[in-house]
Amino acid sequence: MQPLDIFQLRRRHAIFFFLVLVALTYGAVLVTEYDTVRGLTALPRAATWAASNFVPDAEAFRRLPRILAKLLDTVLMAISSATVASACGLVVALMGATTTRLHPWLSLPARGIASVFRNIDVSAWALILLFSFGQSSYTGYFALFFVTFGFIVRVMIETIDEVSTDSVEALRATGAGYLAIISQSIIPACLPQLISWVLFMIETNIRSATLVGILTGTGIGFAFDLYFKSFNYSSASLVVLVIVVAVLLIESLSNAIRRAVL
Amino acid sequence: MHLLQVDSLTKRYGHETLALNEISFDVRPGEFVAIIGPSGAGKSTLLRCLNRLIDISSGQVHFDGVNVSSLRGAALRRQRTQIGMIFQHYNLVNRLSVIENVLHGRLGYKGTFAGILGLYSEQEKQDAVRIIESVGLGEQIYKRCDQLSGGQKQRVGIARALVQQPKMLLCDEPIASLDPNSSKIIMDTLREINQNLGITVLVNLHQVDVALRYADRLIGIKRGQLVFDGDPNLITDHQIHQIYGSESGDLMLNPRERYAAA
Ligand SMILES: Nc1ncnc2c1ncn2[C@@H]1O[C@H](COP(=O)(O)OP(=O)(O)OP(=O)(O)O)[C@@H](O)[C@H]1O
Ligand SMILES: [Mg+2]
Repeated sequence: MQPLDIFQLRRRHAIFFFLVLVALTYGAVLVTEYDTVRGLTALPRAATWAASNFVPDAEAFRRLPRILAKLLDTVLMAISSATVASACGLVVALMGATTTRLHPWLSLPARGIASVFRNIDVSAWALILLFSFGQSSYTGYFALFFVTFGFIVRVMIETIDEVSTDSVEALRATGAGYLAIISQSIIPACLPQLISWVLFMIETNIRSATLVGILTGTGIGFAFDLYFKSFNYSSASLVVLVIVVAVLLIESLSNAIRRAVL
Repeated sequence: MHLLQVDSLTKRYGHETLALNEISFDVRPGEFVAIIGPSGAGKSTLLRCLNRLIDISSGQVHFDGVNVSSLRGAALRRQRTQIGMIFQHYNLVNRLSVIENVLHGRLGYKGTFAGILGLYSEQEKQDAVRIIESVGLGEQIYKRCDQLSGGQKQRVGIARALVQQPKMLLCDEPIASLDPNSSKIIMDTLREINQNLGITVLVNLHQVDVALRYADRLIGIKRGQLVFDGDPNLITDHQIHQIYGSESGDLMLNPRERYAAA
């Protein structure tokens, strides 16, 4: 009798949830006056337009060196923000992890800071930082830095507690000091995960940096914005192509590194 | 003269759990002591109070004339170098090689700088190699520990404890995760260490028959209280049943017969 009730209850919940979803969607469409049919039928036309306009021409290729220089700016910013933020994040993670914290009271603030930095989106950070730094590369750098920092703190707290609790106990029993335990046991035990997360953040940051660049007027994002707004679609399309190639290259590179260290 | 004196040792976790209740016993140099008791009796807690991985609530522990209960900081670390510890789950850094894990046993003797960088002297390395060979892992010196069997990992754990040149070994269920064959090798190794090097051994065991076979002396713990302390040959089946309670009666039936048959 009872198991049946539970299943019925589940089904009723599911139906209720579905109805709420339908109502919300319908309400949103009404409010925004979005015409689904027209939106969908516009897709083929948009594709045709993109195919005819978004083709790099010879003039665009003359701009390639300048575009690549901008790309390099963006990639370097992504890498440096990811690595520096990861190093800072690792220190805070050591304070937050149960295995390594210096005092139980440190855990909560460390996790709290991480969750604030991580849960504010990178574009929101960029908007906030625009007030302090204006349209400069600092804005983008710190936006990427903050998000990476929050993410690394969060994942490394978990990794440290998962991977190294046992060996830390053993090293404490030998009389090893705190810093020796961290460098000889925790770092080697967590290194593959740490490297893997840093690579992941570099990839993420390159994508984010492009978008943030539109906002802050720096890097490859700015180049795209400039060409696009001046109706120079062929150059803008080259920028997009360059970004796609760069993202793919970096992803395969970091996968290769991952395979080597894991 | 006693090597270890435990005096009214009491350990509370929070307000409710009384893990150890006024435990007192002495250990002479060179003794091989087995500590038995049902799950949750407080065996692991007892061993960890002896090297102060866990803080003592009240009572005193003297080791080699030093009052361990009040030690802090560098003095506590120095004390821990004198006591090796072996764990059920080996507690190695799995990604590191055998020799690296074994050398971790020297970290207690290092200053901050040498500890962080893991700087070991030529003498220490040679000693480590000799000890690794003596536990039968001569072929595996440079192998990563995640490629070893359970029994081999435990021998790495023993070697790590031995390079500390300890006066006493604390073994927390060293064979609980091993098959009978590896268990015998580990217990034989511990007995050799005890007899040839004169190192005092305290070992927590689940298996009463093993305790009876190897130990000079048996300590029984039940719900945090010391309920037996004496010659293993003098313990009666009735007393063993009392330590383990009626629920495990089948399991422990006639351990002496198994002992005789082995
Ligand atoms: N960190 C802790 N916090 C709170 N209670 C604990 C903690 N560690 C152990 N205890 C409690 O203390 C008691 C003794 O635990 P202990 O681990 O010493 O038992 P044990 O004899 O080693 O058992 P087992 O044979 O299962 O390993 C248990 O009741 C356990 O629940
Ligand atoms: Mg235990």
